[in-house]
Amino acid sequence: MKSNAMPSLASIGRFWLPVLALVVPLVLIVVVTGQFGGLSLQRTVVEMLISIVIVVGLYVFVGNSGIISFGHATFMAIAAYGSAWQTCCEMLKPITMSGLPHFLRDQSIPLLPSAIVSVLLAGAAAFLTGLVIMRLTGLAASIATLAVLFILNVVYSNWDSVTMGSASIVGLPTYVTAWLALGCAVLAIVVAYLYQISAFGLAIRATREDEVAAAASGISLYWSRLIAFTLSGFLVGLGGVLQAHYLGTVSINNFFLGFTFLALAMLIVGGMGSLAGAVVGVVVITAMVDIFRRLEGGISIGGQQWSLPAGTQELIIAAFMLLILVFRKDGIMAGREIALPQQPQREKGLING
Amino acid sequence: MANIVQVLVDAIALGSLYALVALAIGLVFGVMRLVNFAQADYITIGAYALVVPTASVTPPLLLGALPAAVMIGGVLLVVVVLALLTERVAFRPLRNSNPSTLLISSFAVSYFLQNLVMLIHTGRPKSVGIGQSLANAVEIGGVRVPGVQLLTMVVTAGLLVALVLFLKRTPLGVQMRAAAENFQMARLLGMPANRVIALAFAISGLLSGAVSLLLTIQTGTLDLRMGLMPVVYGFFATVIGGMGSLPGAALGGFLVGVASVLLQTYLPADLRPFRDAGVFTLVILILLVRPQGLIVTSAAKERV
Repeated sequence: MKSNAMPSLASIGRFWLPVLALVVPLVLIVVVTGQFGGLSLQRTVVEMLISIVIVVGLYVFVGNSGIISFGHATFMAIAAYGSAWQTCCEMLKPITMSGLPHFLRDQSIPLLPSAIVSVLLAGAAAFLTGLVIMRLTGLAASIATLAVLFILNVVYSNWDSVTMGSASIVGLPTYVTAWLALGCAVLAIVVAYLYQISAFGLAIRATREDEVAAAASGISLYWSRLIAFTLSGFLVGLGGVLQAHYLGTVSINNFFLGFTFLALAMLIVGGMGSLAGAVVGVVVITAMVDIFRRLEGGISIGGQQWSLPAGTQELIIAAFMLLILVFRKDGIMAGREIALPQQPQREKGLING
Repeated sequence: MANIVQVLVDAIALGSLYALVALAIGLVFGVMRLVNFAQADYITIGAYALVVPTASVTPPLLLGALPAAVMIGGVLLVVVVLALLTERVAFRPLRNSNPSTLLISSFAVSYFLQNLVMLIHTGRPKSVGIGQSLANAVEIGGVRVPGVQLLTMVVTAGLLVALVLFLKRTPLGVQMRAAAENFQMARLLGMPANRVIALAFAISGLLSGAVSLLLTIQTGTLDLRMGLMPVVYGFFATVIGGMGSLPGAALGGFLVGVASVLLQTYLPADLRPFRDAGVFTLVILILLVRPQGLIVTSAAKERV
């Protein structure tokens, strides 16, 4: 029953509510910690926002397709290294990364174009990988993404003249602020939301629920997954660039199993079935990691210095994730977006009409 | 000529090690569709059980100080108990989940165990000397075979035969194969689900224990991630071989082992560090040609 062409303000609000419900609290967090928080809390907030970009990127593929990917750290690494080659340490590059082509080795490229190129590089890598891997289904695809992660790790750890092997590249310009990270997180959330309610998004969510039925309805498993994989490659690439230019260093060991575990834990704990789940998961896990990191660092209770042994944080995160899997398998948000209850008048209209 | 034979011996020895790991993964996958990442930590913990937990780089021996037979039994027991424990605590409550959830949960179990080992033994690599006498080469027909490689091949052959006999000749073995074929149907026909799954874990623990002993004798070092590469190779082996097929898993294990050694030998020296990347690319290529793996079981086919 569409009587007028102009959508009303209420319907726009209803449309964007799942996004606003995530973005507004994030803005509040940034404003409040910016005003009142200490330096370490502000750092945690920026890290959280960057993680949101990455995990929302991961969600675009894993959440919508239902296929677990262990390979997304690959695209992050590709973007981060891409950005490092373009912007890092102009004086040292000819010595430390002598294998780079001339146009990269002997000059630096401005920050914005280099960031865009790096993100495009990650997306292109995801597209090419997806061309091959999306032909597989289910577990075989998951294992193949694991193979991709290992391939990149082996190549980048040994390609000494270009990646400096397993050593860290130090001295990237650190331009990422809380507001930039927030902007990128919002961008990622909006892109993911528009994608999941688009025809492509609905198609791939149908394949998640029932591959056979979706294929029988004319949905191509291959193309719908390839689109999601590529888009999510772009987003995690953006996350990779942000992380590189927030920390100022890039090291291949930060893009391996430990990181993959943390990103997947965030997605699973929040609930991989919805965008809200991805964001909530990041917030919850970041908070837990931060709290236990502080406890490991030591606090004083009643004048007594008291601290948890190092490594407790990892144990607790893993145990928490297992508990979630056992007792609340669909995560905290259980696959739901944040939305108002369904409009009652629409149903009435249906009955009357 | 002798050189080629030497390479072949290397290839078969490594292949048998990977076949053992792949069988351990394949057995559990067969009965509960779980790709178990924690297998890597079964291997690691089995090896760490040899030494006393200290921060030292050359720790005093614990199980490793015992006579050989008791030591082997002790390590196997530790790993079997660990495998059963993870099954009971983490995987049994998730038994009816989809394979992706199980995969993720095993990832979490693995992360947990790895950090537990780090908490107890610290993250430093350690050296441990057991079975040094096996390092001596044995000469067979002009080819020098290191004792460890010979041992690996003999142990693998022995375990393979034992496993085949168990699966074909004993009632529990038959039940396990039935469970791998069609779990629901087997259960309706009276297959004791808990016992069969626990047994699959126990056997996979046994195989992992054997692998951790062989690995430790081979390298003489303990490392938090020592189980990782064999298990990743084992994953790829089971996928290449065809998920759910045990002959496929063993075949896949041999294939990746042989491919790895051949690449190591015949790649130009500059490219040798990239050997693993070559093997993994090969895995993806094989999957492209045969997405279901080399040996397709009836259980792997999609039922509508």
